[in-house]
Amino acid sequence: MAASALVGASGFGNWARLAAQQALTQDQLLDFDTFGNVSLIHVTDIHAQLKPIYFREPEVNIGVGANKGQVPHVTGADFRKLYGVADGSPSAYALTYNDFSALARGYGRVGGMDRVATVINAIRAARPDALLLDGGDTWHGSMTCYKTAGQDMVNVMNALKPDAMTFHWEFTLGSGRVQDIVEGLPFAALGQNIFDAEWDEPAELFKPYKFFERGGVKIAVIGQAFPYMPIANPGWMFPEYSFGIRDENMQAMVDEVRAAGAELVVCLSHNGFDVDKKMAGRVSGIDVILSGHTHDALPEPVLVGQTHIIASGSNGKFVSRVDLDVRDGRMMGLRHKLIPIFSDVIAPDPDIAALIDEQRAPYAAELAEVIGQTDSLLYRRGNFNGSWDDLICDALISEREADIAMSPGVRWGPSILPGQDITREDIFNVTSMTYGKAYRSEMTGEFIKVILEDVGDNIFNPDPYYQQGGDMVRVGGLGYRIDISKPQGERISEMTLLKTGEAIDPAKSYVVAGWASVNEDTEGPQIWDVVESHIGKQGTVSVTPNTSVQVIGA
Amino acid sequence: MEFSRRDTMAMGLGAAALTVLPMRAFATATDDAIAAFTGGAEMADTGLTLTAPEIAENGNTVPIEVSAPGASAIMVLATGNPTPPVATFNFGPLAASQSASTRIRLAGTQDVVAIAKMTDGSFARATSTVKVTIGGCGG
Repeated sequence: MAASALVGASGFGNWARLAAQQALTQDQLLDFDTFGNVSLIHVTDIHAQLKPIYFREPEVNIGVGANKGQVPHVTGADFRKLYGVADGSPSAYALTYNDFSALARGYGRVGGMDRVATVINAIRAARPDALLLDGGDTWHGSMTCYKTAGQDMVNVMNALKPDAMTFHWEFTLGSGRVQDIVEGLPFAALGQNIFDAEWDEPAELFKPYKFFERGGVKIAVIGQAFPYMPIANPGWMFPEYSFGIRDENMQAMVDEVRAAGAELVVCLSHNGFDVDKKMAGRVSGIDVILSGHTHDALPEPVLVGQTHIIASGSNGKFVSRVDLDVRDGRMMGLRHKLIPIFSDVIAPDPDIAALIDEQRAPYAAELAEVIGQTDSLLYRRGNFNGSWDDLICDALISEREADIAMSPGVRWGPSILPGQDITREDIFNVTSMTYGKAYRSEMTGEFIKVILEDVGDNIFNPDPYYQQGGDMVRVGGLGYRIDISKPQGERISEMTLLKTGEAIDPAKSYVVAGWASVNEDTEGPQIWDVVESHIGKQGTVSVTPNTSVQVIGA
Repeated sequence: MEFSRRDTMAMGLGAAALTVLPMRAFATATDDAIAAFTGGAEMADTGLTLTAPEIAENGNTVPIEVSAPGASAIMVLATGNPTPPVATFNFGPLAASQSASTRIRLAGTQDVVAIAKMTDGSFARATSTVKVTIGGCGG
């Protein structure tokens, strides 16, 4: 029933010699045989990337429990084999990590909200009443977004005219700012799991769902915000709100909209993929889950019971189009395409391009300042250290005179190719946040282990409802072994202080520098200033492969 | 991620308490409380709904809800707390519904257990694992 593919991908000859325009056309990328009577357009986890970027997909993405070896926990050659993607093809570049630097030079940057606008316009040309749904993590992740407290993204997204949105990092702007923006949004702000913390009742400002009448079909879109916001992010920034998965309330909402005549039930989710899979097995009556948070890009829907789960990537790199045939009050068929936004192939929409430049103009000189160069590919995505994180940890150890550095296992942040300049904008793209102060404190060896065990369980607990959807905390100056098959408290061993080669002593104190603390009274310089100072001193950075984390039990 | 001295000490003490007090002590206290409530009767898996968050937003105040149509009493236990019994809700014959919600304090990741005593003399049991985490680092 689901006919999904990227462009008909076979070999495109010698990719290294082909510019993206010669290998691909906009028509190919947009080609879609309009189907049924309803179209959904899904964007998610844009992380304020208004301009085209490079984004390397993960090499290491380990599934645990029932999700071991299941998508999205399939990477590289296994992924290409699973979906029939040819090595070196545009799809291989968009969806897998191998040969990234070489393929990136051939196929160019991805994303850019002006290109996304062109894709949305093309879908609306074919289906004028298509629903545009934003899965959240939109008002976070860049220098201009930080400096304008999300206003640049609000302005650009409003121009794209979404129909509904749900949330995660938006709340790190602080609840006052979020309330101000949401009250003025020209579209629905949804989250059935956004509750008032004091009374444990649904929050008034965020509705659980909204009805739309499209193509003669009564559609209910139910929002599901990120369930673990006050745990994974600083709860003191939005103390009025409580979240959680709340699948019993999700079931109640599905039953309510069905009773009110919904013929199609869509869940706009920021749960993360494995949580969505589990929820689809526990809540009945959802036709489509548009899945966000874990940044997975899948060229085909995953079916759980009668529920289709669609994963649309991150950082503006993809747009999903989902066409549905809804008749006699039920969904009869689905056609889907994950559209990669090759920025050299898809023409920018001139109006949105101008609007983006207008947002950036006040900061243009600051953004463009070259801080250094890199000899190495800088990337982040992966369950353990990425080279960007290694560089950030190096900066923390050297600038803050620490034994050990810790950097959060976030999944956002574009990549930089070897030989590229590193601009201030690039540094903000991997560090920007409202709680980015770089702390320096002492921790005992025992406590460092407690942290690694705690974060390890947030990603490798076999039950997805106990995971938070981030990657493992990144460490510098510290080596360890992790057995992901073990329970919390038994996964981490052989912790070693790299500068001496000695085993970490549980009773001894170590100087630890880190950033993105969820504690309110954190003090220190902003992380982007720490990284900029470090890169400035280096001139050209080289990051050697990190072999200090040993993973077993996968 | 940063931890104040107070948090650090609290965690250290929690860990110390867990190592000093053998798990059997908690298990025995839980088993004893259940035995006293049920008189050792069999407990059904259905008929009682326990709603609790999978991961606590704040371990010091975790919202939970119990509901068992036809119950005369529902007992709630935090099996990993030094004193597991949390509350017993009694419902009179005129009670409009046999449900209750409250907030409980959890010393760490543990199973919360609820036991319902039905008016017909039977019992039902429900369990939910609530994780208490130090948080941070979310993607």
